[in-house]
Amino acid sequence: MTEFAEIWTYLSTDPLLWLTLTLAAYGVGDALFKASGRKPFVNPVLITVACLAVLLQLSGTSYGTYFAGAQFVHFMLGPATVALAIPLYANLNHIKKSALPMIAALVAGSLAAMLSAVGIAAALGLDTDILLALIPKSATAPVALGVSEAIGGSPSLTAVFVITTGITGAIVATPLLNLLGITDWRARGFAVGVASHGIGTARAFQVNETAGAFSGVGMGLNALLTALIAPLIARWLLGG
Amino acid sequence: MIIHLATLLAFQLLGEVTSRGLDLPLPGPVIGMALLFISCVMWPRLAQTITPTTTVLLGHLSLLFVPAGVGVVGHLDKFGSDGAALGVAIIGSTVVAISIGALTFVGLCKLMATSHD
Repeated sequence: MTEFAEIWTYLSTDPLLWLTLTLAAYGVGDALFKASGRKPFVNPVLITVACLAVLLQLSGTSYGTYFAGAQFVHFMLGPATVALAIPLYANLNHIKKSALPMIAALVAGSLAAMLSAVGIAAALGLDTDILLALIPKSATAPVALGVSEAIGGSPSLTAVFVITTGITGAIVATPLLNLLGITDWRARGFAVGVASHGIGTARAFQVNETAGAFSGVGMGLNALLTALIAPLIARWLLGG
Repeated sequence: MIIHLATLLAFQLLGEVTSRGLDLPLPGPVIGMALLFISCVMWPRLAQTITPTTTVLLGHLSLLFVPAGVGVVGHLDKFGSDGAALGVAIIGSTVVAISIGALTFVGLCKLMATSHD
């Protein structure tokens, strides 16, 4: 019989193990989410990430080794983003009718996200380099990282802020919007997409198809607006 | 199924080339989404054909953020004493942004409804 150490040597250098565990952990996260009656606090991304983080810690596996397996899942983010065009198209009539509210909500939501993050962080005494990395956090990851680099922030810091913002949005959206008494799925989805990009959009799709479609539009439009406005906020912040 | 995935990848590829070629501030997949959307408006059958695959893919959109999310966990302890302030800034600003965005949307819908009366 082969020693476990030898089997582990194979497993730890092959992408198969961590790809399998990523899908299995997501299966657990998704099952818990469904068993909870789709409660927002039982967020499948958060549960799956926590399970995997514990496994990596226990097995002493580096993130690089993990990602060699998980990259196949990560890669699918690209085609999935492209696929958002389909619910967008299916809701074309809705979207045509709400162009004006969408533009207003985009500008208001996007500015609120950037300015309130910088405002709160500055009030709590965080350094300027952290403030810069915070500015684009509501935009979808590839845009946020590019913007962060362009305005002199740290992209790796921004990556952390983008993911935590997405998970926060996915968790708080339903109770918050219920509290505000907003029942319009278009408004709910759109605001979530603008504030918390793809992770918020994934959550919106779990709740309602129309909300998901509008969330996808909000995410796409805010990617554009953040790329345009973040440099201006950064310049103002640096006192130029 | 395979041909549907190939279609999505082709639009992503087109988006990447456009983004880099024209030096646009948008990532390739977002431009690919816009191009696919325009193509669906021009050829409605395209949307019909690939819908089964996109429904499956978008139904498990959460899964696709897991690898990046795991990367974040390794950074969390680096924030030390800044962690609490950052948590407040991120949670606070997300709550503010969702509230203001949704209220603006609903407010404008009401305004437009009354102006039509």
